Amino acid sequence: MSPSAAGAGVRVERTTPASRAGLVVAAVVLLALVTLPRWGDPSTMRILVEFIALLVLAQMWNLLAGYAGLVSIGQQAYVGLGGYALVVLADDLGVNPFAAVPLAGLVAAALALPTAALVFRFQGGYFAVGTWAIAEVYRLLIANTTALGRGSGRTLKAVFPLARESREITTYLLALVIGVAALAAVYTFLRSRYGLGLMAIRDSEPGSEALGIDVFRTKLGVYLGVAFGTGMTGALIYLNLLRISPDAAFSINWTAYTIFIVVIGGIGSLEGPLIGTALFFVTRELLSDFGAWYMILLGALAVGVMLVYPRGLWGMVTDRWDVRFFPVQRRVTLDPVTREP
Amino acid sequence: MTWVDTILQGLLLGGLYALFATGLSLIFGVMRIVNLAHGDLSILAAFLAVVVVESLGWNPFAALVLVVPLLAAIGYALQALLLNRLLGRGILPPILVTFGFSIIIQNALLETFSADSRRLDPGGVETASVALGSQLAVGWFPLITLAVAVLILVGLQLVIGRLSLGRAFRAVSDDQETAELMGIDHRRLYALAMALSLAIVAVAGVFLGIRTTFTFASGPDRLLFAFEAVIIGGLGSLWGTLVGGAVLGIAQTVGAKLSPGWGILSGHLVFLAVLLLRPRGLFAKARRVA
Repeated sequence: MSPSAAGAGVRVERTTPASRAGLVVAAVVLLALVTLPRWGDPSTMRILVEFIALLVLAQMWNLLAGYAGLVSIGQQAYVGLGGYALVVLADDLGVNPFAAVPLAGLVAAALALPTAALVFRFQGGYFAVGTWAIAEVYRLLIANTTALGRGSGRTLKAVFPLARESREITTYLLALVIGVAALAAVYTFLRSRYGLGLMAIRDSEPGSEALGIDVFRTKLGVYLGVAFGTGMTGALIYLNLLRISPDAAFSINWTAYTIFIVVIGGIGSLEGPLIGTALFFVTRELLSDFGAWYMILLGALAVGVMLVYPRGLWGMVTDRWDVRFFPVQRRVTLDPVTREP
Repeated sequence: MTWVDTILQGLLLGGLYALFATGLSLIFGVMRIVNLAHGDLSILAAFLAVVVVESLGWNPFAALVLVVPLLAAIGYALQALLLNRLLGRGILPPILVTFGFSIIIQNALLETFSADSRRLDPGGVETASVALGSQLAVGWFPLITLAVAVLILVGLQLVIGRLSLGRAFRAVSDDQETAELMGIDHRRLYALAMALSLAIVAVAGVFLGIRTTFTFASGPDRLLFAFEAVIIGGLGSLWGTLVGGAVLGIAQTVGAKLSPGWGILSGHLVFLAVLLLRPRGLFAKARRVA
């Protein structure tokens, strides 16, 4: 919207000083990450692939639950489907394993359509359990399929002929592309008119319907898009791990990590998942000698945040300081020059 | 005759599923939230029974005397201290907080009791059976489970239909604001509903622990089966829940007989078929608590 269209003396601000400064910081960080294979070691790259994977899962779930109000507890379905699609595409159909990653996202999105036909019959809490039940159906179907290795799973063999070093660098660069693309896609989408429509739906479904927003199609579109991103990330995770089994690939833990990251970081913002992912990694590393305690701690932290400060750590920051690195809101300001005397 | 036997086993298994489902649908009926930690709380009850059995040397059935009030107290406290603070904040917070409980309980059970599978031993009842004719026999324990499930359903039906507590449940479920104007403290009522739900869940968890082995990770399946029984039976129908549990139980035993890996999957698939063909369930009622 141009300033003139908004009416004389009124401006609609869509960038903030922080977002302009953030762009510079982002460019520097991105340059460092792109050149990492030249100066970093393989273990750093492996950790970064995992970091990016969890960050993308978190951004996807945040879009689904934080913006579209579709609180799914079954996103592990798409992690698993993406991972298995990668193995089938690369090992059984001869597709290049790196090219198979985005294709695996498409497979996940294609399966999300019939899934949506079932789970969209539910609302709220029952939608949450329904998505969980369907993730279990996918897990059990794969665990009963001999061609997919049944309960013991499969190993990604297509990458064996590649040299270890070049495989790791390619995987890392692919992860970087997926991470940046996912962040850019979510940001651009939320700033578009569709994103505005989505946020209107979140605030009032009947109200937005009255304004002519197609609630069902908007939600379905987000659900399918998120399945694509989640499936692609699942493929990326198993391109990094090389070994897949139904219990691990369809584990509820994928969704638990994701939810804790988003809730602690700040649901309904793009900055929140970034903070949450960083906190998740730090906590897990610090408590790595104490078994499952990091999950108990993060779970308690997420419950505490939900009770006391539902907008999470990033909400605390924006309440205190007016900073937004990814401004998706439109802010109306009066132009001081033309203001009435 | 083996098929009759399989279906009969499934029917009796359905009694156990109906117990899990009743607690879930009571909570949804009264306060429109789904407790995602439902299954994990039942497994917590089973582990608490293990502690009672091992430390006091009691029979698991006797352990119910301690475990049921304990779970009811946990339910009251959870609702009064934590979940009531989320009222009026939309659907997202209760889902995420109860999911958080689910993961916390699972991992706390893992840290406390290790990943080993456990079982409650009631001293012979679980293997005793009664002959029905010359070729058919039914286990005493599944029969007791079904009888207990029916008793609890009848009891709950009486509480909701006849007692003033039940009238208050229905009132809050229909119109919370008007109920408040009539002097009903909805927060206390929600806490009582959660206490009642978890008392039923405790019975279900202990019976599950006698019937089969369980681990720290057995909870989510209990939640899913309870949910599926509720949906198959139809929201808001207590007897529908019993039928839903039976349909699910029969689907699982028949599936497992056809192919060992297909037991639980067959249950899920029957649930999806009902959802597709009769989205409102087999016995949906317009409006009813629990």
